[in-house]
Amino acid sequence: MSTREAFILASLVLAWGGCAGTTAPETPNLGRAATPAEVAGWDISIAPDGRGLPSGRGTSAEGALVYAQKCQACHGEKGVNGPNDRLVGGQGTLGSKTPVRTVGSYWPYATTVFDYVRRAMPFAQPHSLTDSEVYAVTAYLLNLNGIIGEQDVMSSDSLPKVKMPNRDNFILVYPWKPRVP
Amino acid sequence: MRPPRRERRLNETREAAGNGLLDRRAFLAESAGALATGAFMAFAPGEAGAAGPPETPTEMKVSGAPLSAYGAPATFEREVTRTLIRSQPGTTGAGASRTPLEALEGIITPSGLHFERHHNGVPAIDPAQHQLLIHGMVARPLIFTVASLLRYPMVSRIHFLECSGNSGVMYGATPPALTCGQTHGLVSCSEWTGVPLRLLLAEASADSRAEWILAEGADAAAMSRSVPMAKAMDDAMLALYQNGERLRPENGYPVRLFLPGYEGNMSVKWLRRIKVTDTPTMTKDETSKYTDLQADGKALMFTYPMEVKSVITRPAPGLRMTGPGLYELSGIAWSGRGKIRKVEVSADSGRTWAEAALSAPVLAYALARFRIPWKWNGAATVLKSRATDDAGRVQPTRDELIAQHGANVIYHYHAIQAWRVESSGEVKNVYA
Repeated sequence: MSTREAFILASLVLAWGGCAGTTAPETPNLGRAATPAEVAGWDISIAPDGRGLPSGRGTSAEGALVYAQKCQACHGEKGVNGPNDRLVGGQGTLGSKTPVRTVGSYWPYATTVFDYVRRAMPFAQPHSLTDSEVYAVTAYLLNLNGIIGEQDVMSSDSLPKVKMPNRDNFILVYPWKPRVP
Repeated sequence: MRPPRRERRLNETREAAGNGLLDRRAFLAESAGALATGAFMAFAPGEAGAAGPPETPTEMKVSGAPLSAYGAPATFEREVTRTLIRSQPGTTGAGASRTPLEALEGIITPSGLHFERHHNGVPAIDPAQHQLLIHGMVARPLIFTVASLLRYPMVSRIHFLECSGNSGVMYGATPPALTCGQTHGLVSCSEWTGVPLRLLLAEASADSRAEWILAEGADAAAMSRSVPMAKAMDDAMLALYQNGERLRPENGYPVRLFLPGYEGNMSVKWLRRIKVTDTPTMTKDETSKYTDLQADGKALMFTYPMEVKSVITRPAPGLRMTGPGLYELSGIAWSGRGKIRKVEVSADSGRTWAEAALSAPVLAYALARFRIPWKWNGAATVLKSRATDDAGRVQPTRDELIAQHGANVIYHYHAIQAWRVESSGEVKNVYA
């Protein structure tokens, strides 16, 4: 029996509260096999080590244009003083009585910015930006927060290498250490 | 003047704690005796009926309303609604509405009053079109239709769901001038029926090295959270029914993940995708939000279970006392770490405590209803409740909670709630 088969059997035994030697119970098996193309079309999540990042590229300068058109009305000029979440600044305030949580002061992973903008922004038209536009807006926000330079290119190679300033200030309560860069 | 002997005996023998808290069994034991003499008063001022006996009420002289296809609450209860319905500026669907806890009894929240928290509105999903993909570290990536999920063996369980931001306003410097539900109503409790997730993960042959899953919704926020594989294989459910009927749209129709005891948004609604992974995905809603900023600037991450908590819902802000006399204090208690073991109540701002009665059933990861008789002398005082769960965890005071975690946390507020009862009958939220 392979390791995988052993795991499947063990899972089923666990699932049904049986003891060792119990025959795996029959389940309906109504799932249809998903093709690789189907999976690729559905899978939009980005791991913190960059797995899942698409091709494409963008710089802060390019992102400034996208931001002005698609983001500024809610998040304010240069990521501050908008009606919705502030995105820029706040570094050094987290231990104060009035902490300012922004992409620059709080978010631990740059990959999360790409993942979230692509899946959920702009608020009224999610999934409307191209991947390169998402890289560009991500670069713009990282640049406004002083984390990357204005001409730095964000792509599937460079984005996971960006270390966010607040990365090491999270304490994992769930007992597990993430395998991340 | 000396009170009558029966009342004197009541005060002497049944008082369980200071300032008029009676033994939790008093109503049961004395149901035909001293306590049933009409001293108990409703919280809403009673209006004398226009056509009481000996007149025959009008309703008895005409035919009633016809049958209906789907019932609705009495029109006289139209003010019992979700409240403090707030969205992010410029949006209509990114915000929360809260359960009016002070208007409800028992442990089940009517589905139409279950709290809401959406990150970009309620999607209108046709169940015939909706599909769920399970993929990632699996031998067999699978796509399930809703019709196929409905053929799987199911379980039914009564569980609370609490947003981890519930009561977050209580971290503020001054107590909020809000109703009980507006402050604490991001908790509700339903009977959920659905398919154990482990059955589907087994069919997909999840890899033994996989330690996490990512759950993703089909809403415009594509709301996503990482969940430990241990929880997924334990009691995680793909819920299809709520309180006997198919899920309400605002609760994830046609299928949602349900994780008993865990902070609410992990129970991803409108579930479209489960990706089996080796690491957490570190989504926006488990990094920039729903992490607990401590006073020193560090933040706790993956604080999944909701902590032991209770609140008195009658009386509470939003209701009034209607004069001195006998009342029943009633409230809810719950713990994301198991079952409620006991709830203690104080009518003298925490100097003395009496154990309340817990109404059956008392279930793990469910609201428990507690009750205790209280003889109010009409003087201003402070009521409190303090829950203990079967893991032995006790609700802290607000000062203790803030001393441990600071006041910037936003999430997981679960301290003892103090309600000040004024001699006028008004009930206020106080820090005491």
